[in-house]
Amino acid sequence: MEKTMNLILKVWRQRRRDDVGQFHMYELQNVSEDSSFLEMMDSLSEELVSRGEEPVAFDHDCREGICGMCSMTINGVPHGPERATTACQLHMRHFNDGQIITIEPWRAKPFPVIKDLVVDRSPFDRIIQSGGFITARTGSAVDANEIPISKQTADFAMDAAACIGCGACVAACPNASAMLFTAAKVTHMNSLPQGKAEQDRRTLAMVTTMDREGFGGCTNVGECEAACPKVISLDMIAHLNRDYLSAQTKNFLKPVQ
Amino acid sequence: MYTISSFFKSTIGRKILMALTGLVLVLFVMGHMLGNLQIFLGPDAINAYAYKLHEVLPSSALWAVRVFLLICIAVHIWMAVLLTIENRRARPQAYLKQRPVQATYASRTMRMSGVILFAFIIFHIAHYTVRVVPGMLYDELNVLDSTKVPLFKDGLAVVKEGETVPTFNVYDMMIDGFEVWWVSAFYITATGLLCLHLTHGVSSMFQTVGLRNQLWRQRLDRAALLYGWVVFLGFAIIPAAVLSGLLENDPRYEQATSAAHPNISEQVVIAHD
Ligand code: HEM
Ligand code: FES
Repeated sequence: MEKTMNLILKVWRQRRRDDVGQFHMYELQNVSEDSSFLEMMDSLSEELVSRGEEPVAFDHDCREGICGMCSMTINGVPHGPERATTACQLHMRHFNDGQIITIEPWRAKPFPVIKDLVVDRSPFDRIIQSGGFITARTGSAVDANEIPISKQTADFAMDAAACIGCGACVAACPNASAMLFTAAKVTHMNSLPQGKAEQDRRTLAMVTTMDREGFGGCTNVGECEAACPKVISLDMIAHLNRDYLSAQTKNFLKPVQ
Repeated sequence: MYTISSFFKSTIGRKILMALTGLVLVLFVMGHMLGNLQIFLGPDAINAYAYKLHEVLPSSALWAVRVFLLICIAVHIWMAVLLTIENRRARPQAYLKQRPVQATYASRTMRMSGVILFAFIIFHIAHYTVRVVPGMLYDELNVLDSTKVPLFKDGLAVVKEGETVPTFNVYDMMIDGFEVWWVSAFYITATGLLCLHLTHGVSSMFQTVGLRNQLWRQRLDRAALLYGWVVFLGFAIIPAAVLSGLLENDPRYEQATSAAHPNISEQVVIAHD
């Protein structure tokens, strides 16, 4: 028989961007351990609606761990206790009957809360817009082997490209730094021949935008890597640091266009 | 488009400055430790080392090194303060509870260890370089007198133009300094915090300048742990040895009222120009 549990949920409720939010306690009964965390949140919302209360607003879309929308800090850990797992892919069997679960939004100055658990992540879009692309018109896709790329490089770029832009790295970082996200996006492009041509310009632009958006700096503590649902490694940050140092050096000798 | 100031204003640029100044300090700390450990080779060895640093080395070079190190410390701290302010600003609202998943204790306490280290550096300079800390035993003995002790080489006093060459009695100064228990306790605590700071810092600086990857992270983390402990043991062993009585004042100068003329019967003249 399917096992169920009763939970006490401590959820951040905030009506508007400029409102002061606060935690609300809810009791939720008969939660199936086979349900996902978001399904559990859905049943909470259903119950709230049936009581005539406002449901808890939270972001979600694909519910299969690829879109990066579901953003919630569960018991102090972005996306909850399981490694390499988004909140939508987290199952309730990792929780116990009677457990108190604290659910908070991402907390970072550049990610203001819009409502309840929903935050505005558009600073990430602006980082991408400032350099996460290749300027040249590439036409339709060329043959896979047209440009030889070593397996190692392709794998590395693919690991970087796995970033779904969910923002858990910022949420987990004690400094609310966006280095893992920016590093993944920069490295993904910079490590492939198509992206190399604009490497320096891209690196300078994306780092400048990242800083301008008000994210903190990296202190190499590694919490981002631990929280990342795609397990993007700190190697990407080392790579970004190296590219940034080289771009600044080249820029010093001859301004990078 | 990007000026040089964009480097110093970026979080990465600031962190690179911290890593480079940190590297200078890391290397200095090792040299300083090896220099200090000569105390176990006896008073003549370490006093001769002091002679080399103060008299053989041109004083302009000594000052250049000192100023350079002070600049490194200043830049390191300045960047640490700027980054800390920016980092605090980026998280105005804390989590109800945030659980560190893999961050080490050392990495989370860099500011705490750094601030105490800074206080220690000030004390240390006041204590042994400028020697203005009140109530120290070295005031009572004559070690700080401008009249110094003879320089020895291979157990023989060095004589130049008919006179013994004087050197600074750094040996007795260290012993006297550490015989005050709370001074020793502070030194041991501070070097413990230096160990903590370095177990994160030595590996972190490679990451900051982009010279680390998955494979080398493990190796560098281990190297940093080792480096931290070596530095801790290398520094802390001296106050520990003084407190436990393993290292004692140089008996030759114990009763001498004037340190310049100790009773050294086996004095032999060596020509030295
Ligand atoms: C003997 C003195 C010191 C040495 C050898 C030293 C060494 C280092 C090194 C190697 C790093 C790593 C740089 C990087 O992450 O790339 C570092 C980081 C840091 N140091 Fe120091 N440091 C010293 C003194 C101080 C002092 C006095 C402060 C005080 C304000 C301080 C504060 C910091 C901070 C805040 C960091 C950054 C923390 C992080 O990366 O998470 N350090 N230090
Ligand atoms: S909803 Fe798409 S990743 Fe969770």
